Amino acid sequence: MTRNDLTTNFLLTGVGGQGTLLAADIVGLVGIQLNLDVKKSEVHGMAQRGGSVISHVRWGQRVASPLIAAGEVDYLVAFERLEALRYASLVRPGGVVLVSDYRIAPVSVSSGSDTYPDAAAEEQAYGDSLRRFLVPAVEIAQQLGQVRVNNIVMLGALSHFLPAPVEAWLEVISGRVPERTIALNREAFAAGRAHMQ
Amino acid sequence: MKRLLSGNEAVARGAWEANILVAAGYPGTPSTEILENFAPMPGIYAEWCPNEKVAMDVAVGAAYAGVRSMAVMKHVGLNVTSDTFFYAAITGVESGLLFVVADDPGMHSSQGEQDTRRYCKFARVPCLEPADSQEAKDMVRAALELSEQFETPVLLRMATRISHSYSPVELGPERTLEPRPAKPAYEVNTGRYVMVPANARQRRPIMEARLRQVADWANDWPGNRVEMGDTRLGIVAAGAAYQYAREVFPNASFLKLGMVYPLPTRQVAEFAAQVERLIVVEELDPVLEEEIKLQGIACEGKSIFPLVGELSVETVRESAIRAGLLSENERPQQVALEMPALPPRPPVLCPGCPHRGVFVTLRKLKVVVNGDIGCYTLGSLPPLTSLHTCGCMGASIGVAHGVNKAGIQQKNVAVIGDSTFFHSGIPALLNVAYNGSSTITIILDNRTTAMTGHQQHPGTGHTLQMQPTNQVELEPVVRALGIERIYTTDPYDLDRLEAILRECMESDGPSVVIARRECALLPSVRKQYTPLRIQADKCIACGACRRVGCPALHKSDEIYAKTGRPKTEIDPLLCTGCEICAQICPVDAILFRSQLDAQPEDKA
Repeated sequence: MTRNDLTTNFLLTGVGGQGTLLAADIVGLVGIQLNLDVKKSEVHGMAQRGGSVISHVRWGQRVASPLIAAGEVDYLVAFERLEALRYASLVRPGGVVLVSDYRIAPVSVSSGSDTYPDAAAEEQAYGDSLRRFLVPAVEIAQQLGQVRVNNIVMLGALSHFLPAPVEAWLEVISGRVPERTIALNREAFAAGRAHMQ
Repeated sequence: MKRLLSGNEAVARGAWEANILVAAGYPGTPSTEILENFAPMPGIYAEWCPNEKVAMDVAVGAAYAGVRSMAVMKHVGLNVTSDTFFYAAITGVESGLLFVVADDPGMHSSQGEQDTRRYCKFARVPCLEPADSQEAKDMVRAALELSEQFETPVLLRMATRISHSYSPVELGPERTLEPRPAKPAYEVNTGRYVMVPANARQRRPIMEARLRQVADWANDWPGNRVEMGDTRLGIVAAGAAYQYAREVFPNASFLKLGMVYPLPTRQVAEFAAQVERLIVVEELDPVLEEEIKLQGIACEGKSIFPLVGELSVETVRESAIRAGLLSENERPQQVALEMPALPPRPPVLCPGCPHRGVFVTLRKLKVVVNGDIGCYTLGSLPPLTSLHTCGCMGASIGVAHGVNKAGIQQKNVAVIGDSTFFHSGIPALLNVAYNGSSTITIILDNRTTAMTGHQQHPGTGHTLQMQPTNQVELEPVVRALGIERIYTTDPYDLDRLEAILRECMESDGPSVVIARRECALLPSVRKQYTPLRIQADKCIACGACRRVGCPALHKSDEIYAKTGRPKTEIDPLLCTGCEICAQICPVDAILFRSQLDAQPEDKA
């Protein structure tokens, strides 16, 4: 036995400045709300500098390691398409990959020395061993009038897969975002959830 | 309900609950958030110091004066303050004195890996190591009580995965918000606190005796605990390594150590006697393994697990499979994906970063650049590639002086940030003036400690607790050190910066250029962002703008017919309007801020 079957593992990834860490915070707090043991791990320092950002969140009866082992990710939530690819191999067979339909070119691509993988390469990479969903989170957020809530749209989409009650999510989100944006963030969550239904 | 706290937040909370009154430190990943979270708490005093050496002296002084105190830093900060660390160990203290030092296994944000437990053995300082946030909070109090009981400083060893991992914490009782105790009278104790040789010789054997007493006490301390399971395998572990091992060997027996130096020898011996095979799972150096072997107990550690880098569930599991401790079947099934080559996404200088102007100019002048620790270390990466050495805080100026004295042909330049200059650049610049070299020092004055997330320093005019204070000016400091040729310029102004640097290169004797412009991520600067526009019809797709390495500049879908190359486009969400690319553009296709209104948008 290598892991408690009741454990749920989330890997959230994006580019510095996209709201990845806030989203991970919320997933962690929802676990606490559900009375579970929770571990969440991230690396600070470079995140603001446009680098690749990754955060591990684990729910369970008792969670030991703060990091998820390769092959044990249940849900990969990616706020950027290239970052989804970068970590897809860590997802367990049949696991869920939720990808925001958004591309940010790394400097090596914009300065011309590298190429960004196209949709065909992505298709080939994912094959059929993972359940991949492309979510137009940025577009949905733009329709709501604030592109920055795209991370909450993604959490709404993620919530579709989990037994946690919607109220638990909304309560945590309301407590974790600036007060004047609570209504907007609740809308964003609902829109993301509706998109998956 | 329990609170979800990071290890760093938990240490701050623990320090408050345990009545620490004075705390000092210097920012450094992964330790920074400890003081940031402690500083706003009621009834305490906390400060950022110019460097870790000063911070530890401050904490020692507060303990000498009779209050509980702590100094906080990252692992390499302990190198800076090692002198203090050693004298504090020999004098000892009567009030609780805690050093919190955060290691960075895997070097997520550091120039090197080093195992702070080695320092503890070196200086005879007891070392505690938490494995989650609850322990991090609780061990602060335990460390202070240990410190007072045995009159020794105690070190709490954190690590990236403990500092920056969040786990549930049951908070302790709120500290009673009494005003600080009436001013304690300083009790003079010359024999104890003046380390002249005669006194030091008295203290020296006391250190050794103290360490033996602590080891004995640790045998019954509940922070070290035995978790008996299958006795065929016994594992000794602490910190994050314990968590990985717990996951990989759910049924084994564990001796989970909270004190990693000195070891509870009796407890180790008893545990070893109960298990068939004893292994040690520890990150970085074989410190526990060596101590156990010194006790004459057979165990395995680094013959199985890696010495270098951060451990993880995978590395522990793979090592265990290789050593025959686990079967191949224990490896989780993984998907096999046909991955294309993925472009890396390393950290880069931000859009609008004032350092970019300096590195674009240094690249043009083709000089050798001796660098330092800060965001500007990213100037070494393509496409700027204009920083050629970087070792530790404050090294740039001394290294540049040495290169200079070696008599090389071309001029070389030292670059150092404002906070780093205050940290350890000042003595090095004094040396340049004193011993006279033609070193050109550029102080990248972005008015903050940027890399660690905008901490105050002596040049910002505010303290950690946001009290207004004297704002040290760089120019008079530099002049007082004996430097006569001093320039101050805006790093966004490429022509002027280049002219100044050319002047410096043609002159004999030292010069200092203060490149002053606020970090583009400071809230006051964010308000002034004005995205630039490019006139696509004028762009000749030469790519010069993109070679400044700004994340706001992309290849456009539009192709320049004459060369077949892609033109440039500017991401309006990222561009701050620093105008560095506009100055580089050979055909004036990128509009300056002042031209934006005159030029209708539809032409852009």
